Amino acid sequence: MSLLSVRDLSISFGGVKAVDNVSFDVEPGEVFTIVGPNGAGKSTIFNLISRIYDPSSGSISFDGQDITRSRADEIAPLGIARTFQNIELFEHSTVMHNLLVGQHSRRTTSWLSDALFLPATRREEHNMREKAEQVIDFLDLQPYRDKLIAGLPYGVRKVVEIARGLASDPRLLLLDEPASGLSVEETQDMAFWIEDMQKDLGITILMVEHDMSLVNQVSDRVLALADGRSLAFGTAEEVQSHPDVIAAYLGVEEDA
Amino acid sequence: MDFLQLLVGGIANGCVYGLVALGFVLIYKATEAVNFAHGDIMMLGAFVALTFVNHEWMGLPFWLGLILSVIVMGVFCYLLEVVVIRQLFGQPQFSVVVLTIALGFVLRFFAGVIWGHEPQSLETPMAGKTMNFGDIVLGYDEAFVIIATIILAGGLYLFFARTRLGVAMQAASQNQLAAYYMGIPVKRISSLIWAVAGMTAAVAGTLFASKGSIDPSLGLLGIKAFAAAVIGGFGSLPGAIFGGLIIGIVEPMAQAYAPPGYSQIAPYAIMLLVLVFRPNGLFAQIQQKKV
Amino acid sequence: MRIHFKTGYGQDIRLFEDSREAVQNALLILAAVSAPWWLDEYMLGEVTYVLIWILAGLGLMILAGHTGQPSLGHGAFLACGAYMEVILLEAGVPFVLSLPLAGLFAGVVGAVVAIPALRMSGIYLAIATLAFGIMTEDIIILLTPWTGGIEGVFTPTISLLGIEIDRYGDPDRFYWLCLFVVILITVGYKNILRSPTGRAFTAIRDSEVSARAMGVNVARMKTLAFGLSCFVTGLAGALLAHYLTAFNYEAFLILISIQLLLMVTVGGLGSIHGAYYGAIVIGLLPVVIATLRQEISDFLGAGNSSVPGMETAIFAVIIVAFIIYEPLGIYGRWTKIRIWLELFPLARKDMFRRQKSYLKTERMK
Repeated sequence: MSLLSVRDLSISFGGVKAVDNVSFDVEPGEVFTIVGPNGAGKSTIFNLISRIYDPSSGSISFDGQDITRSRADEIAPLGIARTFQNIELFEHSTVMHNLLVGQHSRRTTSWLSDALFLPATRREEHNMREKAEQVIDFLDLQPYRDKLIAGLPYGVRKVVEIARGLASDPRLLLLDEPASGLSVEETQDMAFWIEDMQKDLGITILMVEHDMSLVNQVSDRVLALADGRSLAFGTAEEVQSHPDVIAAYLGVEEDA
Repeated sequence: MDFLQLLVGGIANGCVYGLVALGFVLIYKATEAVNFAHGDIMMLGAFVALTFVNHEWMGLPFWLGLILSVIVMGVFCYLLEVVVIRQLFGQPQFSVVVLTIALGFVLRFFAGVIWGHEPQSLETPMAGKTMNFGDIVLGYDEAFVIIATIILAGGLYLFFARTRLGVAMQAASQNQLAAYYMGIPVKRISSLIWAVAGMTAAVAGTLFASKGSIDPSLGLLGIKAFAAAVIGGFGSLPGAIFGGLIIGIVEPMAQAYAPPGYSQIAPYAIMLLVLVFRPNGLFAQIQQKKV
Repeated sequence: MRIHFKTGYGQDIRLFEDSREAVQNALLILAAVSAPWWLDEYMLGEVTYVLIWILAGLGLMILAGHTGQPSLGHGAFLACGAYMEVILLEAGVPFVLSLPLAGLFAGVVGAVVAIPALRMSGIYLAIATLAFGIMTEDIIILLTPWTGGIEGVFTPTISLLGIEIDRYGDPDRFYWLCLFVVILITVGYKNILRSPTGRAFTAIRDSEVSARAMGVNVARMKTLAFGLSCFVTGLAGALLAHYLTAFNYEAFLILISIQLLLMVTVGGLGSIHGAYYGAIVIGLLPVVIATLRQEISDFLGAGNSSVPGMETAIFAVIIVAFIIYEPLGIYGRWTKIRIWLELFPLARKDMFRRQKSYLKTERMK
């Protein structure tokens, strides 16, 4: 059974259909990539899955459970983590702090136990820190452990955002343009990390990306979107050689 | 008939609230900052007009005094923006809130030092004259307030819809960086917006002073104008006037018909109700941040 | 610069960063506890007042500093605590219960107020709380049967487990009582901050969307922040009732709410220290102004007569200066000075330069 399945999803903003009847299934363990020109509705799909937007029709289910009408904060506890296109880290906190917030969905203590710092809270703090250290090790973030986000370079912030997602022990990780704004070397690192997350940690990845070198390197399957509709579907090569996709990217008229 | 009489007085008062609210909204629209000192700027405008017009000070003709007061307040607010507010360019909204609250205290203090804390009234040619429509008595001052508000609101509307500067101001309010790239001098625009808001406040202050007495705590009236701006949606110019009218009308009505003690809280209660049921005001402009 | 070699996870979650900090705090508490022996009665009264303001500031700090929800009407919750304390004591509830119950009452009111406030953010919340603060005095008068309205009420003397504590009769005991409550709340506050609850608060402050995506139930957490914040401020109100011994609605004018917010801003939003520093400034300012009063009056040409509202105006000028030159408040400035000293002579001039940022609208139209 597929891990995430999206059926006939649609949403419109002020009369414009941003996503129009899109369906796809993400299988466990794969890297599934959505490509498409700007404004194709890629990030909107992410925002629909993480329930920031309400779809006008269609359904989303994760691991057999319908999440089309769930609250945004109910998504993380199911095992779905995400990053944001424009980086939404907690600016005034350290990297460590960000990774700890990333584990919020795993918390078991109440606020009262927190205020009194009961043994349960203490134990949980230990466990959360242990997990955070593992993620820091995995993504080579040791030098930045206690640094404030506000002072970090862009490339590092991108990695921290992924780390924050990983800290929650997700089964599905949504990466919104992980390579945008990165240098060639950083993009290469990103590709290795994505492969590591897939192979070593067994995490399923749903990614939106522009950088075709990254897409070709890591994707198992690719879905191409344009104007909110799905154009083509298959391996990276198949999608890139699809005439509709070429037309959408180059802006060629359909009848030309 | 009593009701209609109250309504007329309420509309006149509401116009003043609306004009002050207009100032809030102008600044908010252009710089996304909320000027909590706006009520005090209005108070200052009223006192400046009083200084020009009243006989114990300069004794100039009323209309000349009004124009001079508008100019003085425009320059004052322009400089205020350049010297103080601009320092916070790009800082969080909350900083500006605290800063302007504090500025309000400072302005109130200096007004007290210069003009004293005794209530004073502005000498106007309208004072005491009335016209009668059936049983309703309309004071010249009230008529003046209503007409002036209509003219000013219309003028501002044309300014924003038709002039290059007005359109540039709107653009700057949407995205400062993008506006800057398009060659709009964002900083100067902010200063100009403050000047325009200051001029509006001067008119509002003078209008208020022509209807009753003023003292340095008049600035607290700004809070009612706030309620007006919120009811209107804090980003909509017609909304500000509309909100002002609602507050202006509700106040005397509550005084006349509600049990004693409730009339003071009526404007705020209405505002809270609007906020609870239409959190973005009746003329919603603000929506969720995009990610 | 102090470098900490961490060898266990426990080190990260200790109350104090290292033993030096622990010793410093222990000395501070010792000095505070022994204050009645080295301060005269007048100063002790002033310090007690500062403690009550610290408590109120801590309450507001939870909400404004750590959850990012500015409240311009927190005086209302101060009033809730104060009046409830008097009502409970007069009904014969012992002080051990009445104090927490008064706080709890304010907390519950705060949580109820939070329900509509949840739908608002930023500026709307500030204005709504401002309106709430303004309405407070009118509501107190409307509730005259309980609050005494314009006449006001007298606070009964505290009897704590058989020990009489009168603000004037036994200033030492009242001081210790306030100190105890402040320390207790500060420890609880620190605990919250180093655990998931506090992290959820700061997450909401920094990025609500992101917090939601991490699984933070924003509505519930904001309500909790409101509740806790108002609980602490309510406690301060209850102690204030005892400090004032007699009070009416004038003790809770909107000015108090605004002063409270300005206080935590000057102290430094987003740090527990900030509430302390801010309250100390508020407490000391009248003393400083009293000594400088003559000079300032002469400067303004006001002659010998005192200028009304001068204290507020001077305080306001201090705020303006802080907002422009040190938005992080006294705590922020202190941190920078400390880092500069620790790095001496290696600190670079623009180490603390603020990043220039352009404002992007949060509106979609």
